[in-house]
Amino acid sequence: MVRTFAARTSVPVKILVLLSQVPDTTARIAFTDGNTKFDANGVTFIVNPYDEWYALVRALELKEAAGAGSVTTITVGGADTEATIRKGLAIGADDAVRVDVQPTEALQVAEQIAAYAKDKGFDLIMAGKETIDHNGGQVGGMVAELLDLPYVALASKLDVASGKATIERDVPGGVEVVEVALPMVLSAAKGMAEQRIPNMRGIMAARTKPLTVVPPAATDNVAHTASFELPPAKGAVKMIPADDAGKLIEMLHTEAKVI
Amino acid sequence: MSTIVFIDTRGEKLPKAAQETVTYASKLAGGPVTAVTFGGAAGLESLGAQGAGKVIVARDVTAVDGQQLTKLVLDVASKEGANTIVCVHDGTGKAVAPRLAAKLKAAHVAGAIGMPEGDKFKRNVFSGKAQAWLQVTSPNKVISLMPNSIPVGKDGGSASVEDYHGDLGPVRITVKEVRKAGGGVPLPEAELVVSAGRGMKGPENWGMVEELAKELGAATACSRPVADMHWRPHHEHVGQTGVAIRPNLYIAIGISGAIQHLAGVNQSKVICVINNDPEAPFFKAADYGIVGDAFQVLPQLIEAAKKLNAER
Ligand SMILES: Cc1cc2nc3c(=O)[nH]c(=O)nc-3n(C[C@H](O)[C@H](O)[C@H](O)COP(=O)(O)OP(=O)(O)OC[C@H]3O[C@@H](n4cnc5c(N)ncnc54)[C@H](O)[C@@H]3O)c2cc1C
Ligand SMILES: Nc1ncnc2c1ncn2[C@@H]1O[C@H](COP(=O)(O)O)[C@@H](O)[C@H]1O
Repeated sequence: MVRTFAARTSVPVKILVLLSQVPDTTARIAFTDGNTKFDANGVTFIVNPYDEWYALVRALELKEAAGAGSVTTITVGGADTEATIRKGLAIGADDAVRVDVQPTEALQVAEQIAAYAKDKGFDLIMAGKETIDHNGGQVGGMVAELLDLPYVALASKLDVASGKATIERDVPGGVEVVEVALPMVLSAAKGMAEQRIPNMRGIMAARTKPLTVVPPAATDNVAHTASFELPPAKGAVKMIPADDAGKLIEMLHTEAKVI
Repeated sequence: MSTIVFIDTRGEKLPKAAQETVTYASKLAGGPVTAVTFGGAAGLESLGAQGAGKVIVARDVTAVDGQQLTKLVLDVASKEGANTIVCVHDGTGKAVAPRLAAKLKAAHVAGAIGMPEGDKFKRNVFSGKAQAWLQVTSPNKVISLMPNSIPVGKDGGSASVEDYHGDLGPVRITVKEVRKAGGGVPLPEAELVVSAGRGMKGPENWGMVEELAKELGAATACSRPVADMHWRPHHEHVGQTGVAIRPNLYIAIGISGAIQHLAGVNQSKVICVINNDPEAPFFKAADYGIVGDAFQVLPQLIEAAKKLNAER
């Protein structure tokens, strides 16, 4: 039998989205235990915005466009991450995986994800640009290296057709359009998709979608956070009257010496 | 064991962030370091002033393919017997440093903001709302340095420059097109930034913002709603979900100072806020403030900046 692909604009892909849990963007940042631990007291946790708004939503759009394929999420974290994982399922992921270990450092997280993904045949692995608590932008690239796959960081547009991804990536002073054969890994930045609010049906469905908990693999221990610091408090603000605004430029020149 | 530094020199000029990073690497090593690069802007030998003894350049590599660049850096690292690799925490660094770390089973300090204390490196966390000291315990280290973290060194001599001739394997990421988004100062590297928000009312009013930026030699930035409404290009959006910057001067005009905005700019050395609402939260994070209408204040600032330029 001859199969023809001519009519297809997109093909089904098997996608893995890396989903992390972070404190809400308005959370009060404070530390306990002699500044060695984040104070989670009263803090709401959310899905990392880059993972949710861009990576997950674009993955779902690709699946919808192809009318087939699958979107799995993976989270490295304890049982306390299950509520945010369900949010990903409510938005539309087919199933979720949780690697049952506390994340301590980027390479540890990447090694867990690579250990899970290595023999599953994902076509596309999508991370967020960075977590808004750790701000590393590391995990995606590390997973790519561990799986010997190409990696495009800071992707702001993504299309998939005939086994290839076409991606726009942010570069200094512009964007570059690049093409990469699947399988590959990318990190998703603003522009890739628009945030989706889960509807009631999605929330109901999420309750019964599979969330598989897998035991952690052995990983390397290369670094840990020794302590945290809060930035020093700002001195009092110097006010300049609006009708003498030009004075600001003078003060920036002679007093602050920044211009 | 020694230290090498990896930088992207594809432009016409040597990027400031690359010069900072070479300075950092040679301070870390306590002497001259080998720099490995691709592209090859004019004046590579001048990196000697920042502490490069030798610069090895892969001239045929013109695009960021993380696997090729990782191969390049690892090859030089093994020839030099290096266990520490320093790079810039920019798009190129983000494509390569995590790969190097995974390959070398090394800690990756993503976005160091100063010299370490022993093996403890300081970096921003919680989108600049706090800093963390990362204790590195692995023998190999990969450090990417945040732009604008240390002054550019000027003391060394001239570096020798050699071409790299090695097989970097196939290109797996093909560049189809490059779209430049206007000239001006690139935001992450800018020392001075003039930024405006929804208080400017509409895109037609940005002429004044651009004029002030031009007079000061500053880059322009904006708040997220401004980019979302397409008043300004997306790459100007600063904050928690946009670009994080740490310039010497950040002037915020008609921006309320929401926590997500502050997260991307609160590392600026001097912050000036212009807002017609005295209760705007941004004043709490400011060094200088003007309570007033942007449309009255901006022309005065432009005039004062012109005057200052005329005097210099
Ligand atoms: C998860 C999340 C992530 C976010 N990430 C970001 C981010 O990265 N960056 C970001 O910027 N925002 C971000 N936001 C949005 C943020 O919460 C604010 O909504 C946004 O910063 C407000 O932009 P603005 O200050 O321009 O507008 P507004 O809040 O509308 O403020 C306009 C200001 O202009 C002043 N003004 C009005 N007229 C004048 C005048 N004539 N002269 C002088 N001043 C005037 C007003 O007093 C007001 O203070 C995020 C929000 C969420 C929920
Ligand atoms: N614990 C985690 N579990 C799953 N994915 C993660 C985890 N931490 C980070 N990631 C993914 O890696 C991206 C970059 O994270 P980071 O390197 O921490 O900035 C995030 O946007 C996520 O997509």
